[in-house]
Amino acid sequence: MLTAKRLLVVAGLLLGLILAGSGVSADDERSIIVASTTSTANSGLFDALLPRFTEETGIAVHIVAVGTGQAFRIAKAGDADVLLVHDEKAGEAFVAEGFGAERRRVMYNDFVIVGSAEDPAGLRGMHDAPAAIAKIAETKALFASRGDDSGTNRAELRLWQETGTDPKHASGAWYREAGSGMGATLNTASGLDAYALTDRGTWVSFGNKGNLEILVEGDKRLFNQYGIIVVNPDRFPHVKAADARRFMTWLTADEGQAAIAAYRVDGQQLFFPNYLAPGS
Amino acid sequence: MTAPTILPLSIERLFYAVAGRALLESVSVEIAAGSRTVILGPNGAGKSLCLRLAQGLIAPTAGCVVWKGPGAAQAKMRQAMVFQRPVLLRRSAAANVSYALAVRGVPRADRPSRVEEALARAGLAGLGDRPARTMSGGEQQKLALARAWALKPEVLFLDEPTASLDPAAVRAVEAMIQAIHEGGTKIVMTTHDLGQAKRLADEVLFLHNGRLVERAPADRFFEHPSTLQAAAFLRGEILA
Amino acid sequence: MNEFGDAFHTALVMIVSANPDLIEIVGLSLRVSLSAVVIAALLGMPLGAALAVFAFPGRRAVVVAINALMGLPPVVVGLTVYLMLSRGGPLGVLGLLFTPGAMIVAQVVLVLPIVAALTRQTVEDLWLEYREQLVSLGVTPRRAVRTMLWDGRITLLTAFLAGFGRASAEVGAVIIVGGNIDHLTRVMTTAIALETSKGDLALALALGLVLLAVSFAVNAAAQILRDMVVRAQG
Repeated sequence: MLTAKRLLVVAGLLLGLILAGSGVSADDERSIIVASTTSTANSGLFDALLPRFTEETGIAVHIVAVGTGQAFRIAKAGDADVLLVHDEKAGEAFVAEGFGAERRRVMYNDFVIVGSAEDPAGLRGMHDAPAAIAKIAETKALFASRGDDSGTNRAELRLWQETGTDPKHASGAWYREAGSGMGATLNTASGLDAYALTDRGTWVSFGNKGNLEILVEGDKRLFNQYGIIVVNPDRFPHVKAADARRFMTWLTADEGQAAIAAYRVDGQQLFFPNYLAPGS
Repeated sequence: MTAPTILPLSIERLFYAVAGRALLESVSVEIAAGSRTVILGPNGAGKSLCLRLAQGLIAPTAGCVVWKGPGAAQAKMRQAMVFQRPVLLRRSAAANVSYALAVRGVPRADRPSRVEEALARAGLAGLGDRPARTMSGGEQQKLALARAWALKPEVLFLDEPTASLDPAAVRAVEAMIQAIHEGGTKIVMTTHDLGQAKRLADEVLFLHNGRLVERAPADRFFEHPSTLQAAAFLRGEILA
Repeated sequence: MNEFGDAFHTALVMIVSANPDLIEIVGLSLRVSLSAVVIAALLGMPLGAALAVFAFPGRRAVVVAINALMGLPPVVVGLTVYLMLSRGGPLGVLGLLFTPGAMIVAQVVLVLPIVAALTRQTVEDLWLEYREQLVSLGVTPRRAVRTMLWDGRITLLTAFLAGFGRASAEVGAVIIVGGNIDHLTRVMTTAIALETSKGDLALALALGLVLLAVSFAVNAAAQILRDMVVRAQG
């Protein structure tokens, strides 16, 4: 009935249909895939930067916005050409292990602790982030955590480490792990009037603040460094290394850095370019 | 028919049982070419079952059905069957006939003329484009007969072909059966209708309680039945 | 909750003004989901019909398995397809990950059991009616499968629509294998997920209303087609 030849024909036909449906053709436009964090994508920064880069270079940039942990996993499988993430330590390790060819600092933004206007734990006006979250633990006030191994989640866990408290013991009680992106976690916090740690970019453009407002900001420990990493073509030969490097160069050159600094939401600057060329 | 005949059909010691209950017991009969064979008997005698076994629609519990003619290898494709309730495809009348022709390997170019001819013979000329399912009960049965006719079968099996029809349609269907027979097709049909058996039968197989009780030429069967059960059935008694 | 009022207003404005971003997203949604359902139907309908017509050992087990697969969580499908299409995976060389092609593959996997199971049910009912007639004509099982599929076409449209409903409404699979890339793999559902995560609930809900409208339009078109077939063939 089904000879091998016929099976091949069927398989070919299906692949053809898939490709036709996806609109992908052999002479597709030049493009790179950038694995980045949801917070960066949601801030709208890419919408401001990418069209300029694409116009100059003819390279389309496809952003896959996921948690930092997942972004690293995608890149480690060779499924992305560029990583644009925070969590410096993981980024350095990524290059050291040979997955990344080169890493550069691009910019930083900062985290803030938000909570309901009633502020049951009394954090308003504090500038010491670990001390602030320690008070949350003491008063057992509700805290909404990303709980998704994202860069923001990792930053939050580092703060807890400094306080010497392990909030996981209270998971499900006052410590609520949303297991989702920044926006979804803020939705949770807004619904529960809970405290949360968020990057300022997501916060400013977030549309469902409800009763929440910024309570703690300005601590150096809340600064959040972004790095860009070109995935190593020696390890993954299919990676579009040249175009990826072009993107990194553009983002860290004067023009890209200026564009980052110029990006504003509601009049606020969200990202601060800080690439330092070697030797400068 | 230029091809070698598939008849006679030999039915040998046929048993059919469901869940240990015998519905047909040791039926043996040889059905020869030519005459119209009518399987007669009260409801529940096993007539339809017998016909389905003969046609090969179902397999017997024991015994066998063998085509003994020199063309026996072609038996499957040289017979046709018409059911009490016509099973028509969800297509036009013409497409129903054409489908059967395609199954039997009739070349595409020959089909339209044979469809036309069969529909015309069934008195359905001009109705070829009608969705088969929207036709009246009589028209549907005539279409089922036309479909069987178009195949030019050597043997045509009919299972109570008029049991669900009104008198006018019965008359038309019986006329068709007669015409098909005159065209050289062997007729094997079941009926519980005595009048119909008298009108159509050349030979009668009388079935009762799953057994072949009597086999006789029609004249003799209706004049001088040789068994008590047949005689009682002919008198119109209800058989136990 | 003035979100609802806002959502209706936003949805209406987007539709009436033919917002280009919206058109692009709706277009991709339709292209991906319809392609997936067509492929799933090409595979699943013959498969379901064969399951109804052919008798073979283990048939019941296959039927149970397919029925169970109807409840596959989209996220699990997404994850599985992701691992298959990832560069390190067995189909990595195709380079389909984070393209609409990957989304189609995932939705085919998701929809195939639904189409196959509903087809099997439809054809089994029809086979009960047709079997004796077709066997008496000498129809081969393979031709029987084709006949059942054609004659069951009106009911099978429902299987097609059920598949389309599941494909166009799911977000779990396409967001994983497609990556929700703007202008490339962003479809209605992933856009809704994105706007929800941005906290723009009114816009998310408005997109949901548009999705509902699109689904309504597809089903209405199918209904009209069905009525035409019924009128023509009874």
